[in-house]
Amino acid sequence: MAHQKKGKSTVTVYPDWCKGCGICAEFCPSKVFEIGEHGKATVVREKDCIHCGFCELHCPDFAIVVRDKSPVAEMEDTAPDKPGAKKGA
Amino acid sequence: MNGLTGNDVIHQYLRHNKKFPHVLCPGCGHGIVLGTLIRSIHALSIPKDDIVVVAGIGCSGRLAVYVDFNTVHTTHGRALTFATGIKMANPKLKVIALMGDGDALSIGGNHLIHAARRNIGVTALVLNNSIYGMTGGQSSPATPEGATTMTNPYGQLDKAFDTVELARGAGANYVARGTVFHVKKLEKIMIEALGRPGFSLVEAITPCHTQYGRKNKFKTPVDMYQWLKKSAIDVERYEELADDKREGRLPIGVFFRRDRNGYEERYYAMKEALTGKGAKGGRK
Repeated sequence: MAHQKKGKSTVTVYPDWCKGCGICAEFCPSKVFEIGEHGKATVVREKDCIHCGFCELHCPDFAIVVRDKSPVAEMEDTAPDKPGAKKGA
Repeated sequence: MNGLTGNDVIHQYLRHNKKFPHVLCPGCGHGIVLGTLIRSIHALSIPKDDIVVVAGIGCSGRLAVYVDFNTVHTTHGRALTFATGIKMANPKLKVIALMGDGDALSIGGNHLIHAARRNIGVTALVLNNSIYGMTGGQSSPATPEGATTMTNPYGQLDKAFDTVELARGAGANYVARGTVFHVKKLEKIMIEALGRPGFSLVEAITPCHTQYGRKNKFKTPVDMYQWLKKSAIDVERYEELADDKREGRLPIGVFFRRDRNGYEERYYAMKEALTGKGAKGGRK
């Protein structure tokens, strides 16, 4: 959860679980999220994420997961069907 | 479970065969409280089978359905009575009573004060959203004076219950308050509450935008979180404020700690003294 340099984490929003309350978009210190046209949170500036953990702690629907970049590739190999998974991470 | 962080941890504790996303409204703080509870249990490394979550009726009652512990969804206001029975039958279990404000303070108000007086070793988690959310937005004993609700369209006339002072007067061992905006602090409070003997009460302030916020000039759920951010203040700093500046501020933190033995410890000690046999200690 420690703060990191920008561009070292991946942010995933599971759209099926997101209800679009807007807490992540409002309070994210790096403005990573925006509420998309379908009323769900979407990741627009993933490179700016400093992995502060605010969105994970405050998402009432457990819809956001922030991971370090390096182990993500391994995790995606084991669970390739996760919705919204980022390509090329 | 090791090596996972953040919400990956929480997903390990959810019953994924239940319908997700959960039933709570967008922006409801109850989900944040549930996540905080799971994280604090994970931090203490308590096995899932040693946790019992007893929930009453209301929006907060739904939370017990989603977590993979031993759970009981009980009748309205009676979460603490079921929790007392479970703790007495098997004192080795960690029993958590999840209640809403109407559940804990109104219909179960008598159970709350007597559980605190008896000092039974249960952690009571009161999710205070200032309203009866599930039944349509009626005033609850925690609705602030002057607030507009479905049943008080011209403003609430009664003063709200101060849960902290109530529990202090009734004799609880540990009383703390947190908000869903200050999650790290709430997590610290819950970790401490779960590890203490006797009756611990944690009041979590969670916004209800659908039934309370919309009638009280909070346009979006985010506005309610902004209000929590602005009004909450550490209890130590609150004590130093002048009386006229305390208006509208919400003290959060640990209010007091006592170290009396829990009811179940005193009961089994008495049993041992009378019969010469050791405490049953429950099934393992």
